[in-house]
Amino acid sequence: MTTDTQWRVFEVFHQQSRGEPHIHVGSVHATDGESALLMAKEQFGRRQACVNIWVVPAEAITETRYEDADIFEHGTDKSYREAFGYETTKRARAIGDTKEL
Amino acid sequence: MVMQPTRCSDDKPGDPSYATHLAAFEARVARGDKVEPGDWMPWDYRQQLIRLIHVHANSEICGALPEGGWIPHAPTFKRKLALCAKVQDEVGHGQLLYRAAETLGKSREEMIDELITGKAKYSNVFHYHAKTWADVCVIAWLIDAAAIVNQTMMADGSYGPYGRALKRICYEEAFHLTHGYDMCISLATGSKVQREMLQDAVNRWWDPIMMFHGPSDKESTHTELLMRWRIKLMTNDEQRQTFLKKYLPKVFNLGLTVPDPNLRFDETEKVWHYTEPNWKRFLEVVRGGGPASALRLATRRMAHEEGAWVRRALFAVESGKRVPMPTAA
Repeated sequence: MTTDTQWRVFEVFHQQSRGEPHIHVGSVHATDGESALLMAKEQFGRRQACVNIWVVPAEAITETRYEDADIFEHGTDKSYREAFGYETTKRARAIGDTKEL
Repeated sequence: MVMQPTRCSDDKPGDPSYATHLAAFEARVARGDKVEPGDWMPWDYRQQLIRLIHVHANSEICGALPEGGWIPHAPTFKRKLALCAKVQDEVGHGQLLYRAAETLGKSREEMIDELITGKAKYSNVFHYHAKTWADVCVIAWLIDAAAIVNQTMMADGSYGPYGRALKRICYEEAFHLTHGYDMCISLATGSKVQREMLQDAVNRWWDPIMMFHGPSDKESTHTELLMRWRIKLMTNDEQRQTFLKKYLPKVFNLGLTVPDPNLRFDETEKVWHYTEPNWKRFLEVVRGGGPASALRLATRRMAHEEGAWVRRALFAVESGKRVPMPTAA
């Protein structure tokens, strides 16, 4: 029986180029952050472009529950939060503003 | 460390609100929604997925062994580089898959233990010896092709973490397949000795390849449930047909034959007819009775035991030592 292979889980985020967001690509098992970076580099950085990797201990992540997904549903019309929720172009034209808003 | 697979409330038939949960679960799956680790899922769904993903992970790990042995003997430097890359990919795929199975509640340690103690299965094709370089070519082309048929289909399955791992795996396997075909073209258009070596490899690998997608639908016990829960989207026989339709014409085009006198394409039914593989023999092989089964496990066990010092060194971080990331000079 082995007793030394059940390492901690680290979630891996990679950045394909400067200016892009870090994107979650998967997870690795490792004993600490440094070795997790090494594992992540081998597992997720051996082909496609990558300029930076984050590793985060999985236990450090707090998440919502899928069964509570209704918290994301909108109880009321939220179009007032969006540009498309306004007919301002029409109103601007009416007062002689023909330029882009 | 043995983890207890996560339980959801009432996840077995006969439990008080099993039927209600199941109806909602099946409706979600039927509309193509993915199932994620925290969701309610039937106990059987969890168990079937753990079984499939564990076998798949083991197959990636054991699949690296027959090819790994050929790295020192690759005929050119370019082939050697490609083979190293493929072997590294396969081991990486194993790690991705163990992690996917772990989200269902079975620990990686337990899965590794079950492989090296011979308790867990892996794909039938890796229970055979890779005797010549042509075997490496046939494995990389036709076995990876058969695996891609299976994995592309499974990647659209209902379990989110398995699908995500498979999409990455399929992307990398595309290189294996292309390189495998490239190697087979080299041999098929080479000298008489090379052509004979390739034909000999196809002759020896044909039976294992025909068994690769698993028992015929008539004998397969899990298919109906696996398809209803969208773990699988094609039956074993459908996968075999997809593979034959796409790759047999390419095999013949290379001037090769396959050792099955009953093989013929039915133009009206649009199916390949073939001699039914010996499924009794298939079961013997996957239970550890194949020609290379003992060697595979011995190699895997040796790698595990002789790599123990590396794992101990990684744990030394607790005593203040560390494994630094390489830095640019």
